[in-house]
Amino acid sequence: MKFTDVYLQTATKILVFIIMTFSIYVLFAGHNNPGGGFIGGLITASALVLLYIAFDLQTVQEVFPVDYKKLAATGVLVSVLTGVGSLVLGVPFLSQTFKYVELPFLGNTELTTAMIFDLGVYMCVVGTTMTIITSISEDDI
Amino acid sequence: MSTLHLAILLPFIFVVIIPLLYKYTRAIHTGWIALVVPVTLFVYFMQYFSINKAIDPITVTVPWIPSIGLGLTLYLDSLSLLFALLITGIGTLVVLYSIFYLSKDRERLNHFYAYLMLFMGAMLGSVLSDNLLLLYSFWELTSVSSFLLIAYWYQRKRSRYGAQKSLYITMTGGFSMLLGFIILYAASGTFSIREIIAMGDAVTTHALFIPAMFFILLGAFTKSAQFPFHIWLPDAMEAPTPISAYLHSATMVKAGVYLVARLTPIFGAFLEWSWTIIIVGIVTLAMGSFNALKQYDLKALLAYSTISQLGLIMSLLGVGSLSMNSNYAPYSEYFIAAFVAAIFHLINHSVFKGSLFMMVGILDHETGTRDIRKLGGIMHLMPISFTFTMIGAFSMAGLPPFGGFISKEMFFTGVLSLAEHSNAWITIIPIIAWIASIFTFIYCMIIIFKSFTGTYHEDLLDKKPHEPPFGMLISPAVLSILAIALFFFPGLVDTSIIEPTVKEMAPVAPLFIENPDWHVHISAWHGFNLELVMTIGIILLGTWLYLTYEKWKTPVFDLIPRHLNLFTLYDKAIEGMEKTATRITKSYMTGSTTHYLSYIFSFLIIAALATLIGTGSFVLDTSQDSPIEWYELMLGIATVIAAVFVLFSTSRLMSIMGIGVIGFTISLFFVIFRAPDLALTQLVVETISTALFLLCFYFLPKMKASVESIRFKLTNAIIAIGVGLTLTLLGLSAYGYRVFEPIAEYFSNSYELAGAKNIVNAILVDFRAFDTMLEIVVLFSAGIGIYTYIKLRYAGRND
Repeated sequence: MKFTDVYLQTATKILVFIIMTFSIYVLFAGHNNPGGGFIGGLITASALVLLYIAFDLQTVQEVFPVDYKKLAATGVLVSVLTGVGSLVLGVPFLSQTFKYVELPFLGNTELTTAMIFDLGVYMCVVGTTMTIITSISEDDI
Repeated sequence: MSTLHLAILLPFIFVVIIPLLYKYTRAIHTGWIALVVPVTLFVYFMQYFSINKAIDPITVTVPWIPSIGLGLTLYLDSLSLLFALLITGIGTLVVLYSIFYLSKDRERLNHFYAYLMLFMGAMLGSVLSDNLLLLYSFWELTSVSSFLLIAYWYQRKRSRYGAQKSLYITMTGGFSMLLGFIILYAASGTFSIREIIAMGDAVTTHALFIPAMFFILLGAFTKSAQFPFHIWLPDAMEAPTPISAYLHSATMVKAGVYLVARLTPIFGAFLEWSWTIIIVGIVTLAMGSFNALKQYDLKALLAYSTISQLGLIMSLLGVGSLSMNSNYAPYSEYFIAAFVAAIFHLINHSVFKGSLFMMVGILDHETGTRDIRKLGGIMHLMPISFTFTMIGAFSMAGLPPFGGFISKEMFFTGVLSLAEHSNAWITIIPIIAWIASIFTFIYCMIIIFKSFTGTYHEDLLDKKPHEPPFGMLISPAVLSILAIALFFFPGLVDTSIIEPTVKEMAPVAPLFIENPDWHVHISAWHGFNLELVMTIGIILLGTWLYLTYEKWKTPVFDLIPRHLNLFTLYDKAIEGMEKTATRITKSYMTGSTTHYLSYIFSFLIIAALATLIGTGSFVLDTSQDSPIEWYELMLGIATVIAAVFVLFSTSRLMSIMGIGVIGFTISLFFVIFRAPDLALTQLVVETISTALFLLCFYFLPKMKASVESIRFKLTNAIIAIGVGLTLTLLGLSAYGYRVFEPIAEYFSNSYELAGAKNIVNAILVDFRAFDTMLEIVVLFSAGIGIYTYIKLRYAGRND
């Protein structure tokens, strides 16, 4: 018999979206306000953990089929490649640059390569945290 | 590259060639291939030898490592030539002998001859080197190749033991010698022996000159088996007999003698040098000849006899070096005679001892034993062997008409002149020498008569003795003829080798300055003098003692308890060192992490506090401090309470909660010290780590999960308080030393430089993104690490 917690699951369905939105906000706001890739990644991970607590591992894995190890590795790769990119352009490793661009819908927006780097950090943090948590919870002693 | 270099290279080339050829030439004995080397070299060195005149010294050099002054500088003079001829000449005979001694089918001849060639090359290199570093390199190579040769039958425990012991002792001496060489270099600025000799007083006034002398002497004494380092030689007798004959009688053990002779022009004028060598030599002589009497194994007997004869040569070198001392200037000529005796006896000893070892090898080969208690009565079965043994032993005993007689007479002349021209108490030295010679006479008689005459024990012998194959007798025959020739024709060596050698060894001796036309003349007949009387005394007393040997041997040998000797001391020392080292290691490498942590922390306390207080850097500067607000104080008190709570809590759950409290208080600190990024991160990380702690707590094994109070240990408390105190003091001092403006000003321009209003983030992803990059790698590695620990567990764990 499977135990279902209706209150928790209903609340989770709403809360996960709020937490996710907040984490994305923190990630992108990091450049000018408190936040950034690290804390954004941790908040995303907490949303995922909430999903795992409300539902079970298999269900979440089916809905959200991500290999967290690969996510973490991709994050590290993205961060390193932003550094390599600056090498290609003939400037020292990991030189960042920024530019203000007029974008549709968003208006005058600052685009910076540091953002890509932070995205790498974000992916690595989400990936690693979830790798650790799922590994431990899947382990049976 | 000169021919002299090629000559030294030749044996090393054969080290490589012999194992290669060995596979394809199984039909013939590998020794025949190896024989090419010593024969070629002997012929090569003979071209420099002339009966009538001395060789003109040759110096050739090839650069090797010029930056450290190491060059392949070879120097060939009479002393080197003498050793080179001994090495190659006896080398030829030994290789020839070994062809008949070692079985082609049963032995690994490729190893044997490769090691032997290695040794021969190293030995030649040692005696021909002019560069001290080169000499040292070859010197150690002789130790290594000797080690390999002693352990040739490595299946035997005794062989391995003997090889190890000889390596330990000779290597110790070798290192000590290297130290001496380095001091000489420091004093002179060159590694060339020629140049150091030429410098004269410039070198001898160096502060470390006398220590250098003793370091080098230690090297010479260990190599030449002088007291108390002789203990490796009897154990080295586990080597095959050709090796014992070659290395441990004729060549390697004389390397120390060579070194002393070679460096005499540098050190000889110092009384420390002379008297050390004389005393060590005389003690070795007496001890060796006495111990030889106790042996039943013929090879052990010969080993002690070698020790004793080397002591004799050494002591003569010591007496000879007095000729260079200004205090003894009027008697220079008498002491020079000791040099002549030393070199002459060196030649004699190589000849008769090589022959005797070969004869013992033949006895072993033909009867299956070397034990004199089993041998006896085989004179009529092996008459030729008996003759050769007798010649060798009589020469060793110093009887006419063999070379040993002359050198023994000259030895007595040397020690008598020492006694005559020195203090009264020195008279004891000729007496000791005379008694040692009596012992020598007795053991020589034992070699001959105990093994060849008396009753024949057929039942004790494995096989019926008979004469060995002709080839085996060639080498001892040649040496026996030489032993006789040296008596009748000492002129073969006196002006050609000995005279230039002696002049080389004592270049500043007053004798040569006063009398440049001085010539060595060795003759068999000295006329009636004290030496002759001493020899007659030896023969009479020795014969009487030999005949009554059975009566006095037990009481005399029991005077010294059997367990009280240097061999036991060596074994005990090695064992003791191992035990002590184990005990010391075990005492601190306990395997307990707590102990290791306490060492690390104690060191931290001592090093940091000593530096802080020792350099007087502790300052308490409060002028820069901000005023403390009440909420800061409250949070501080809360942290301390939580910390104390963790320390004294009796349950794990409580400790985890306490640590959580500390973490959250710290995030509050971040809030009030205006670090929002840190506060956010700290909150989340603290939550995760508390959850992980709880996880660990939950999965602790049920059986051992007894809730207990932390074991209170006084030392731990002291160390903990010490570390806290040290770091607090360090922190306070560091704060007081704020001498430079912080670089934080630069980062306040982050909006202009990086387009970021969040300085912390700008530093993390832009100014110092490299750190962040590596930190996410660390995080990733940790995640992968946990994954592999959990998922990829070793499947067979339950076995």
